[in-house]
Amino acid sequence: MSSQTLKVNGKEVSVEVDPSTPLLWVLREKLGLLGTRFGCGQGLCGACTVHINGTAVRSCLTPVVAATNNEVTTIEGLSPDNSHPVQKAWIEADAPQCGYCQSGQIMACAAVLKAKPQATEADVKEAMTNLCRCGTYGRIQKAVKIAIKLNNEGKV
Amino acid sequence: MTTDLEKNLPTGLSRRSFVQSAAAAAGLVLGFHLPGNPMRRAEAFAGAAPANKGESRLNTWLRIATDGTITIYVARSEMGQGIYTAMPMLVAEELEADWTKIRVEPSPSDAEFNYSGRPMEITGGSSSINSNWEILQRIGATARHMMIAAAAKQWGVTPDSCRAEQGAVVHASSGRKASYGELATLAAALPADAVNAKELKLKTPAEYKIVGKPTKRLDTPAKVSGKPLFGIDVVVPDMRYAAVRHSPVFGGECSNFDALAKALPEGTTLVKVAGAVIAVADGWWKAKTVVEGLDVKWTQGTTAGLSSAAIEKKLRAATAGKANPTATTKGEALKELSKAKKKLEVEYSTPFLAHTAMEPMNCTAHVKPDGGIELWVGTQSHTLTKLVASMATKVPQEQIVVHTTYLGGGFGRRAENDVVLQAIEASKAVGKPVKLIWSRQEDVQHDFYRPASVVKMRGGLDAEGRPVAFTASIASPSILQRWTIFGGVGKGGIDFTTIEGLADIKYECPHQLVQAAIVDLGVPVGFWRSVGSSHNAFYLESFIDELAHAAKQDPYKFRRGLLEKSHPRFVKVLDTVAKMSGWETPAPAGRARGIAIAESFGTIVAEVAEVSVSASGQPTVHKVWVAVDCGRYVNPDTVIAQMEGGVVYGLSAALRGKITLSNGRVEQTNFHDYTMLAPHEMPEITVEIVESGANPGGVGEPGTPPIAPAVANALFAATGKRIRSLPFSNHKLPGGKAT
Repeated sequence: MSSQTLKVNGKEVSVEVDPSTPLLWVLREKLGLLGTRFGCGQGLCGACTVHINGTAVRSCLTPVVAATNNEVTTIEGLSPDNSHPVQKAWIEADAPQCGYCQSGQIMACAAVLKAKPQATEADVKEAMTNLCRCGTYGRIQKAVKIAIKLNNEGKV
Repeated sequence: MTTDLEKNLPTGLSRRSFVQSAAAAAGLVLGFHLPGNPMRRAEAFAGAAPANKGESRLNTWLRIATDGTITIYVARSEMGQGIYTAMPMLVAEELEADWTKIRVEPSPSDAEFNYSGRPMEITGGSSSINSNWEILQRIGATARHMMIAAAAKQWGVTPDSCRAEQGAVVHASSGRKASYGELATLAAALPADAVNAKELKLKTPAEYKIVGKPTKRLDTPAKVSGKPLFGIDVVVPDMRYAAVRHSPVFGGECSNFDALAKALPEGTTLVKVAGAVIAVADGWWKAKTVVEGLDVKWTQGTTAGLSSAAIEKKLRAATAGKANPTATTKGEALKELSKAKKKLEVEYSTPFLAHTAMEPMNCTAHVKPDGGIELWVGTQSHTLTKLVASMATKVPQEQIVVHTTYLGGGFGRRAENDVVLQAIEASKAVGKPVKLIWSRQEDVQHDFYRPASVVKMRGGLDAEGRPVAFTASIASPSILQRWTIFGGVGKGGIDFTTIEGLADIKYECPHQLVQAAIVDLGVPVGFWRSVGSSHNAFYLESFIDELAHAAKQDPYKFRRGLLEKSHPRFVKVLDTVAKMSGWETPAPAGRARGIAIAESFGTIVAEVAEVSVSASGQPTVHKVWVAVDCGRYVNPDTVIAQMEGGVVYGLSAALRGKITLSNGRVEQTNFHDYTMLAPHEMPEITVEIVESGANPGGVGEPGTPPIAPAVANALFAATGKRIRSLPFSNHKLPGGKAT
């Protein structure tokens, strides 16, 4: 156990935790940020996707020490009111079914648009490998299209 | 800076679980309650009195706050299928509510909330809408009458002179208007017999304003915000975390528990439960690390030595049993078969399948000092969860509370309560609330699998190429042997889930014989999206395709010809999908199409898949067209979403899905070896609803059955190779030649 200081969603926090603990479990159990979800524990599904310094990472495989002194953004930090263009797009497309994977889907899409504001649908599609057991991929593609449009219109 | 979970909790998340906080918030508003419980008694439908005499019990399916917010409790579970929107739509329709004011909450686990009036309310069999349509209408209609009665009383006019619209009551002749929020207090004070069930006039479909219109899901904003919604998100004060490790061989037990328990890291507890050990710690990662690091010795187990090859052999042998129980017999199938002009005899098989809902199995349990039990769980049946918990612990049901959360996928897996009983044991052992979460490995290796099965099918054609005889002999483990609550295995020794979609074929064929044998393999089996139809549609629709080719006929027209005399709804669905897919025109160069149709849960679905096969034999599914006749429906957007989801679920299984055993153990462990369709593999899916106005069917499952045969038939069209066992990845396809 040791004290780890993190900057999560713009807020500095410190937690007493074994440094090898994956960031996912620190977010969920120490910080109460429950929107980042556990799906496979092996980086295969992407339900646990968060941003570290703006880049999408799978937090189930990221030891908390790898996140210290870096900016961590979770779905809760994307916007307080679903106003982020990707969230708006997901609502417009009514993408979720069970919804469990959608935080990860949204974070994966948001990371692409952040890194490359002029990203095309193909760019986003290429980057998003998140799995969805409900089969919402078609709606997600629709949502991505809307997100790109909103992003281009600067409706952040 | 703080290290405390509580202080770090995001704004709005209560110390208690979100389920409790939601209930507390509702308690602040002025509740409007329905009188008695007129809907759930048979006599209400017969037009008898709405409530028992002297009954002051209030029904809380529906509350209206003074600000006009309407909260509807739903006693079925939301697992992605959209019923937290569709069920309220039926209520709101009759209530003449302003849809923007509707909120949904999971109903408490009291039997009071059961729509059926029976002790059990189960979200399964694609039944939430079709079995509750009228009840939901009545809930809304009763409330509307209450609102009108309250307004009429306030204004001193007759109820007949008032009408309800858009969340308000209007007195047309005087121009007075009062919102439901304004009337809520008055309505709540009305006597219990203010509404007579006899007078409830329900709308006809032609009068619907909400039902039947594409409607955005009510739960989408919460699902894109990252709000805690699922069982795994539950937070209870002083809660501990637990991880489980099962015997790798089914039926094995930990044999060195005492030695293990003595040598645990500080702050952890080990609990022995049936077939598994559970580590409890102050965090899940720690619990998982501890339990996985233990040198657990297991007793031999019931499936010791069992392999998939042996399973297939046993099932195959069982299909040959002449005395196997008969599910269907018509005419003299065996005799006519021997006389047929052209005969076909083939064997099909499908493997065990896991559900792998995206949210790993979990339950939070609190066994309290007074002996009562509180559970937070994404269950497909809160009432069954309560019953099973009560039976296992001997704690009366009255002392058990089940908080139903959103489900991160169910697909039949969350009808099981194994994880619930484990969480209870863990909480009992440590005297604190415990959140038990399974790892994905445990989920894949310890599921209640879709049963594996083998079927032998024979068909005979006459000189004109029409089927004269059809026989099928299927062998499979039984789901219902364990589910005695659903009546168990039938008297004749038939598990109806094994033969659904196989024993009641719609195709014209004068002589039929369908038999089914139960083969107990010791591998746990359970309900999986579309249950028996998930394999039987593959068997039957592939076989019909084989017969069509044997008869040298177009597979669509062959089917159509055998349905047109007696099944006009099937014909319309087939015609629709043929038209949508351009069946009568050639597929684009390098591609081929296959067709299949299946009825399940009262809904008829036909699908056409367009595929290509690479030079190296890799199949790609490019497009899928779906035509669905689900009778009357509530939210067409959900019908479409469920067809899309059903196709993807079935396609994942058909392409690569298999659970195999070696030495009594499941070989697959996670999403790399038990895969689901990846985003880049997603075909373009087009759905069309065929309007029939028939009684409502289900939509959660019926999209799944036709996809495997539609793709198998397309692969045959593309390559000339008939695939008779799933998944496709087990077969080497010749390079594509459908150009």
